[in-house]
Order: sequence, then structure tokens, then C-alpha cells
Amino acid sequence: MSADAGTPAIELKGISKAFGPVQANKDISIRVMPGTIHGIIGENGAGKSTLMSILYGFYKADAGEILIGGRPTPIPDSQAAIAAGIGMVFQHFKLVENFSVLENVVLGAESGARLTPSLSKARKLLTDLAKEYELNVDPDALIQDLGVGMQQRVEILKALYRQADILILDEPTGVLTPAEADHLFRILEGLKAQGKTIILITHKLREIMEITDTVSVMRRGEMTATVKTAETSPEELAELMVGRKVLLRVDKTPAQPGKTVLEVENLRVTDDKGVERLKSVSLSVRAGEILGIAGVAGNGQSELLEVLGGVRPATGTVRMNGTPLDLEGARSDARTRREQGIAHVPEDRHREGLILDFHAWENVGFGYHHDPKYNRGWLMDNDALRRDTEAKIARFDVRPANCWLTAKNFSGGNQQKIVIARELERNPDLLLVGQPTRGVDIGAIEFIHQQIVALRDAGKAVLLVSVELDEIMSLSDRIAVMFDGKIMGERLPSETNERELGLLMAGITDTDRAHSAEEVEANLAKSVGRRVQ
Amino acid sequence: MDFLTLIQILDSTVRLATPLLLACLAGLFSERAGVFDIGLEAKMLAAAFFSAAVAAITGDVWLGLLAGIVSSLIFALIHGIASITFRGDQLISGVALNFLASGMTVLIARDWFNEGGRTPALDGAARFQNITLPFADSVAGVPVLGPIYSELISGHTILVYVALLMVPLTWYILYRTRFGLRLRAVGENPGAVDTAGISVVRLRYAAVLIAGVLCGLAGAYLATGLAAGFTQNMTAGRGYIALAALIFAKWRPWYALGATMLFGLLDAIGNRYQSLELLGVPIPTQFMQALPYILTVVILAGFVGKAVPPRAGGEAYVKER
Repeated sequence: MSADAGTPAIELKGISKAFGPVQANKDISIRVMPGTIHGIIGENGAGKSTLMSILYGFYKADAGEILIGGRPTPIPDSQAAIAAGIGMVFQHFKLVENFSVLENVVLGAESGARLTPSLSKARKLLTDLAKEYELNVDPDALIQDLGVGMQQRVEILKALYRQADILILDEPTGVLTPAEADHLFRILEGLKAQGKTIILITHKLREIMEITDTVSVMRRGEMTATVKTAETSPEELAELMVGRKVLLRVDKTPAQPGKTVLEVENLRVTDDKGVERLKSVSLSVRAGEILGIAGVAGNGQSELLEVLGGVRPATGTVRMNGTPLDLEGARSDARTRREQGIAHVPEDRHREGLILDFHAWENVGFGYHHDPKYNRGWLMDNDALRRDTEAKIARFDVRPANCWLTAKNFSGGNQQKIVIARELERNPDLLLVGQPTRGVDIGAIEFIHQQIVALRDAGKAVLLVSVELDEIMSLSDRIAVMFDGKIMGERLPSETNERELGLLMAGITDTDRAHSAEEVEANLAKSVGRRVQ
Repeated sequence: MDFLTLIQILDSTVRLATPLLLACLAGLFSERAGVFDIGLEAKMLAAAFFSAAVAAITGDVWLGLLAGIVSSLIFALIHGIASITFRGDQLISGVALNFLASGMTVLIARDWFNEGGRTPALDGAARFQNITLPFADSVAGVPVLGPIYSELISGHTILVYVALLMVPLTWYILYRTRFGLRLRAVGENPGAVDTAGISVVRLRYAAVLIAGVLCGLAGAYLATGLAAGFTQNMTAGRGYIALAALIFAKWRPWYALGATMLFGLLDAIGNRYQSLELLGVPIPTQFMQALPYILTVVILAGFVGKAVPPRAGGEAYVKER
């Protein structure tokens, strides 16, 4: 189908939206043709989600017009969007956890005041939809017992049950394993074949290239380009997103591993609910090497980082440069760990990495308070701390380079640079780093990756935890895959691929055999993280 | 303890549990919709006063009941405006209403009746009378079943039966109607309700106002059914006990019946055995009367199992991306 002939399924004309002084959308116009998959790509804060929220009636645009099937259609609320045939799958699912699949699908689209007839009618429709689109879900299962892949299918079913012709998906693969993502794409292809129009919001170039027909690029609230996917390249899209040339591959030389820095043996963690989160984990990291831990979120990676960082007790043996660490006693705290040469970039910078209401210099100063350099008697020498912070901020290219700004006023990428600056400037022997580029724009990703590689090249050990498989594959010198609190196996990046790692992430070790998506899904549901939330 | 005493204690249990049950169900509707309601006490107290006052002035208990419900609804509306429309803190709104009710009722009572913060004693048509169910007198002589029917089941005011009927009704509304599904959903994940195209605000107002009606019934029963007139602070913390019962009941209607009956029983025992000797040691009256409150503390301290409140409870809904 040609991108410029015929009536578009959706046409937005001159949409603008401001939140206070921030112009989230500036005069955006876009045409989405029926029966196509239209990608919208852009960095965090580029305005993609705002635009789609306007289309779904979640926000009201300050200016502009929405046309559905050629007719001007005002969308003041979600009800109007649903009536216009628009369905949306949010990044954070809008499901009631302790309701059944059936109840979630029916909610808001009941056929009468009494529930029983509505539910039996929906049950029949659901069975038909499941058959038609490969969307098999047990209608009586509770949402809280389903894996994220399944929950996402429920969201799609919800939209289809409301007879949506236009489906918007906001970062749908963020939480999926590669196998689950492949299944989702097959479902989307099936929907497209049935004539549905799909808008896919993502920041992953690979997905855009793989599945979309047309792609629109957003940057700083503006639509910078709309191109046919077949006529573009990831490099061109990245440049359109960031506004300058970016390096998509991490440039690094082969590792020169030295002596073993970190040795972990039989590490076990039981959380306060009595659930075993780490089940006898053993691994080692050598100097001058990056060990990447891959895995679906919630399979014990966070606990591993927390134990090594000194914020969670555990049993087992951990040796740092040959010295055993205290895992449960008085010297199992983060300060002792730092003194032993371990730096820790936590997974969630908002919760653990920063105090958002504190100034940048205070945030960079955390953990340096005991340093005699910043103390005068029993008073802190804040001037000295600030001077050093300014230098660190400059070295790590934090923008704006103002140490009096509160942490919450920096962009995600710059917040992460503040945390990285603080930890790397300790010159640690071992860097623990979790989700280094989550919610970070491409430009900053490039910089952060370079810093991590530079640390490795300086002969330090790095333990990297990430749910982004691309990141693990491109940064790591060795990859360990975690599932259900255990290490499923170790691979070299040059000798493995996404498919194999994806299966290991689902706890399947016989990776030579073919596995169905259902098998992967069923196995994933067995992991600790999926059962206990 | 003979059989008749047991029947009498149980009879008293039902009477004392009725206001708790109504208030507990009120809290259930409100909290299931995600609006915590510490102001059950305020609504009951206001309803108790205005029902007694209007009944005393007009001589008609039904007008009194109406006044009670209206006053409770006004309090519910204030709570709704503060916590739903203006997204204020639900606990603070509730506490403020509790203070308002306890001060206002006494003040108005002094001004209107000049009896030291009471209403005049109610009698005749100004009070809910006990209803004798059919055949209650004729079967009274039948052993065991006779007294159970004539003493325990028969002979309560209409509001007691209303309260008991509210239990299956609440269950039906909650689990078998569209409204109930949406109500439960809005207390768990208002985002899901909003994106499904339903108004979170309207649903929550509906729930809060239903709570207002039920608290109105509870308060009117206290002043015009259980007692004969309003006395200062006559709710005596029953709103808080109802909240404890609600937690004990894990926010479920049938469990709420059981939980409030347990509190009613403790209350009844405390009233009956003012001076009790256990193994020769006299137990002080105050201890017996404190029993329901002690149980409340035990429950709230979390000794009785883990109760999971509605997930979105206590939080005003703000749209997010």
C-alpha cells in the first residue's frame, strides 16, 4: 500500500501540548494509513507517549485536530477514543491484578447491569478472538498469576473486545524475552492481515526495522521525519532521533583478563517473605573483564547486586581480591564494601541512586562524607566537596553543568551520569552496575557505555546486570544468564545469539532443540519473580 | 449459665452488633472503591443526633431516620469533595470530620434542647419499636427452638433486619453486578477503570455516598432504636471498631457479619457481667467493658492474619501517562 494514497485511518493535524513551560508536542502532523504498522520512534521525553495519550483522550491537546477515517473526531476522554475504535496497550498495564482475565476484559464494556450474562457473552467472544489471533489466555486465570507476556495479551484482547480497529502499543517489548517479543510480533502481523491499523511506540531501532511499514521520528516534541521503513536504515533513524551521528555499536578491543577480582560461591538469599531469591549462585569476575548478567527482571539479578553492594544479607562465600567479605554481620554494610574497592551503580537511580530533592553536588558527595579531604574537624568542608564535584560533573559531561541544580531537574541520562560519576571516581577494583542505560537517551547511552569499557580497559572488573539483551551482548566479555535465582549457563558473546540467550532466560537449557512460545511462556511462569511480586 | 441467659446474651449481641455491621458495610463500600474512611464515627454521630432531634421535635421516627441519613450524607459529601475532587489526604479529612461531628452535635443539642447536650428521651412513635414476627408468641413455649425464634430472631426493630439483609445485598452488588465490578476495580487500579472509559470520580462518589446512607442508618439506630435519644458522644468509638472489624473481615461482606457479631458478643458479655469472678479473683467492670476495644487493638496490631487492603486505597487518583 502506498503511504500517501487513500484516506488515512488516523490523521493528526498541528497537535500541540504544553505542560507548564515544557512544550511536549509542537505542531505535530502525522498520517497513519489503514492496515499498516506505523512506528513512532524517539528518545525518552521526545513526546511520543504524550502524543498517543492525546489520541487516547488521556490529555487534551492545546491546539490541533484529530481525524479518524477522514472525519474530524474530537477525543475529550478515553470513552470517546474507544467509541472511535482506538485501543491502547500502555507500557504499564492497566489491569486489575486480583481480577480474572475475563473480568478485566469485560470491565467498562459490560453488556448489562447484571454481571453473569456479560461474563458468559465475553467468554464466547474471547474464545473466538483467541483462535483468530493466536491470543490464547485462560479466561479464568487471575492476572497476578500470569507472566507479563500473557498480561500483555489480555491488554490486546481488551482492545479487540471493544472492537478496536486502531491499536496503539507503547513500548510493548520492554518487559518481554526475545521469544515473547517474537510471538507478539506474529500477533501484530496477524492483526495487520485482518486490516487493523497498528501504531508501535518504541525506542528500539531493531523493532522498527523488523516490523513496521512506515516510521515517524520524534525529537524534542517535534516530528522530524516520516519515512518508509524499507527506505531507511538504523543509522539514519538514530541520527534523526538524536540530531547528530551516533555510534550504535560499542567500540571495544578484546578483553585482557587479569587476576580474579571477585569470587562468589554458593550465594543464597532468602527474602523477608521466606522466598529463596538466590539459589546457590557461583561466579567470578576477573580484572579487565566485563561479566554481563542477562535475565528477565525479577530472577535474582537485583538481589545479587544488592548482596555484593552491601545492602542485603546473604549466606555463602564472596571473596574480593582473595579476602572473604562479611555477608551478614556488622561489616556487611555498603561503606565497608566501598572501602574494599567495590562501587555500586544501583538498578533504580530514583529509588536507590539519588535523592531527587538534593542538589547535584550533594548527590555526587554521597559516600565521600568520611573522607578526611572533605572534613575540617567535625565539620564538613562543603566548599571542597563542591569544587571536586564540579570537576567530576565536567569530566562526565553532565548537562547542565550546574552543581546547584536538584537531581530531579536533570534528564534521565544526566541523572545516570551523576550516579556513574560518583561511583567511577572512587576508582574501584570492581564496578557493580545495574541497568546502566534504563530510561537514558541514545546520546548518553553511548557515553555511559564508553565509560564502562574505559574502566575495563584500565584493568578493573565490571559486573553488569541488564534486562536489555542488546546491551549485554554488545558490552560483555562473558555472559551469564540468570533464571529463577540460578545461573543457567555462561556463554561468550561471539559464540552465542539472542535466540539461545532468550531460551536460557526462560530457564530452558537444551537450546539446540526448537521450542514453542507456549513452552517458553509456561516455563517463565515458574520463576520466583513471576510468582511473587 | 442456663439456656435462657445464653439466648439473652445472643439477643443483646445482635442488637449491639447492628450499628457496627451497618458502619462496617459502609466502610466496605468506601474502601473497596479506594477511599479510606476514618470518618465513619462522624457520620454515625451526626446521624444519631439529627435523627433523635428530628424525631423528638416531630414525634415521627421515620422523619428522624430521614434527617439522620441526610446529615450523614452531607458529611460523606464533604469527605468526597475533600478527598476525591480536591485529592486531599483521606485520613486527615476523616479525622477533621470526626472532630466536627463530636463538637457540633453537642453544641446544637445544647442550643435546641437545653438539656446538657442531650435530646429529650424518645418514646412511642418517636422511637423504632420492636417488631414481633408472626407466631413468635405461640411458639415461645416450644423447647430450644421456641426461645430462639421468639427471643433471638423476633423482637428487634426494623433496622436490625435491614442491617442483616444488607449483608447478602452487599455481596450481590459487589460480586454480581456491573457496578460492583467497577467498584472493586477502582479500589484496586483506578488507572484500569479510567482507561476503560469509566469515570473514577463518579464511581468513588457513588461509593462514598452509599457509605453515607449506611452510616445514617447506623447512627439513627443508635439513637432511636438501641437507645431512646441522643447523648453526648454516644457512638463511643464504634466507627473505629467498625473499621477494625472491616480489616478483620478482609473487606468481605459475609466476613463483616461474623466480625461485627464477635464485637457485639464481647460488648454484650461486658454489659451482662459487670462484676465477674474468675478463679476467685474479681475482674473489674472496666476490663469487661474494654473487651471490644482490646480486640480492636489486637486486630489492628496485625495479630489476626494478614489482611490485604484494596491496593489503591488511600490514594487520590491522578492521571499519569
